[in-house]
Amino acid sequence: MYTEKVMDHFSNPRNMGEIEGANGVGMVGNAKCGDIMQMFLKINDDGIIEDVGFKTFGCGAAVATSSMATELIKGKSVDEALKLTNSAVVEALEGLPPAKLHCSVLAEEAVKAAIDNYNARKEGRTDEECNCISCGHDHEHEHHEDDTEEEA
Amino acid sequence: MKRVYMDNAATTSLNKEVFDEMMPYLTEIYGNPSSLHTFGQEAHKAVSNARQQVAKAINAADYEREIIFTGCGTESDNMVIKGIAERYAKKGKHIITSAVEHHAVLYTCQYLEKTGYEVTYLPVDEFGQVTAEQVREAIRPDTILVTIMFGNNEVGTIMPIKEIGAVCREKGVFFHTDAVQAIGHVKVDVQDMNIDMLSISAHKFHGPKGVGALYVRKGIVIPSLLVGGAQERNKRAGTENVAGIVGLGKAIELACADIEKTSERMIAMRDRLIAGIESTIPEIKLNGHRTERLPGNVNFSIKYIEGESILLMLDLNGIAASSGSACTSGALDPSHVLLEMGLPHEIAHGSVRLTLGDDTTDADVDYVLEVLPRIVEKLRRMSPLWHG
Repeated sequence: MYTEKVMDHFSNPRNMGEIEGANGVGMVGNAKCGDIMQMFLKINDDGIIEDVGFKTFGCGAAVATSSMATELIKGKSVDEALKLTNSAVVEALEGLPPAKLHCSVLAEEAVKAAIDNYNARKEGRTDEECNCISCGHDHEHEHHEDDTEEEA
Repeated sequence: MKRVYMDNAATTSLNKEVFDEMMPYLTEIYGNPSSLHTFGQEAHKAVSNARQQVAKAINAADYEREIIFTGCGTESDNMVIKGIAERYAKKGKHIITSAVEHHAVLYTCQYLEKTGYEVTYLPVDEFGQVTAEQVREAIRPDTILVTIMFGNNEVGTIMPIKEIGAVCREKGVFFHTDAVQAIGHVKVDVQDMNIDMLSISAHKFHGPKGVGALYVRKGIVIPSLLVGGAQERNKRAGTENVAGIVGLGKAIELACADIEKTSERMIAMRDRLIAGIESTIPEIKLNGHRTERLPGNVNFSIKYIEGESILLMLDLNGIAASSGSACTSGALDPSHVLLEMGLPHEIAHGSVRLTLGDDTTDADVDYVLEVLPRIVEKLRRMSPLWHG
């Protein structure tokens, strides 16, 4: 079902975990839909992504697309990272099953959400440490903090 | 790497004795059971013998008339539900089932709804059970069929079949049970349990795939789903899968011969697996009923992680399991069974089902207990929802 590349990124995810000194953090998805991705970026004064980390709740494809997305943007400029498309992530993973393509969209959105958060902080628009956008399904969007409270 | 198969609710291995019994019917005894000559009559005798084995296993009164061989459990379910609906439409067009049935029953009922039938889907409690009282309250003068599964394929919950059957008998409504997961694992007695019709699938109890059976109590008329030859006393056209039927017969005989003893062994392993998981992994929930449960079924929701990831990690460690997660099926919503039992989506997404079989060993249980907590820890470290 999955390519070797997907399984490689799933079993040995790159850049997994929160990073020190992140100045752009974004989270997309929804636990109801079964996928949540959180992206941490450390962007230097020249606008280069020095370090990147991710955390993902989701299926194999969700983990692999997050991992691949971090590899594709690490060391790149913010402008370059904004150009990351979901199809570039899919291509780098040598393909995804059709039912899993939405995971690559989520990875693209996670990168954008983290950059949005970085820009907002830079412009002093927000004190928030992360941005949340919904995954586009019909469920009502819930802030991630709420999800952890369920059935505790 | 050690390989452990814990997906016996999906399918089981073929028992060696069953295979040996089938072999001659795949080679030298190839006659058509409908043929008059000796080649045909040898095959006919084998089918008849299997029919007796099935009847004996479920305590059917009349093996010649009450057992029909089919292609699978799904066919048996379709034949009963569509057949009763067609044959007894004059009495009424109302059917009662449960909300947690296998799709073979659920989708057949939904199909009938499109053609003018009315279906009541009884809700279940948090353990996945319906009660006989719920069935009694749902029965109307135009109810023609109650179909409630014996044991749930996902969470293993056993329904109060005998009590439901008694209510149906009292009210004069036919009662069918999809016993695909129960046969060969728990004691089933169609007469004692007031069952009118019952679906069986061979590959769920170490028989071959591609063969099922249907018990229909004498006196109930069900038209054939397949039209053609006069096989199975005009109840199921098409040349019999002789080797498969022989395999089903042998497998059900073996599975039911010493059922109390084998299920006791299975229950001990199941409960050790449940206790082991509960003592090593925090923040989990056992899905289904703790005691009214199929002997081989273990189903947990593991919070903060997702089912498909658990399955992939287990598979990388040689363990075959299953999940009610949407991500395993490509659907958006997780298992209808877990949602009907009241689990929130996010908890239902993290479910894992481990189902034991005759060949499961204590060493297999130990191995799962060693691997699973490690996997959960790894995936939770990866999860933005986990703050452990």
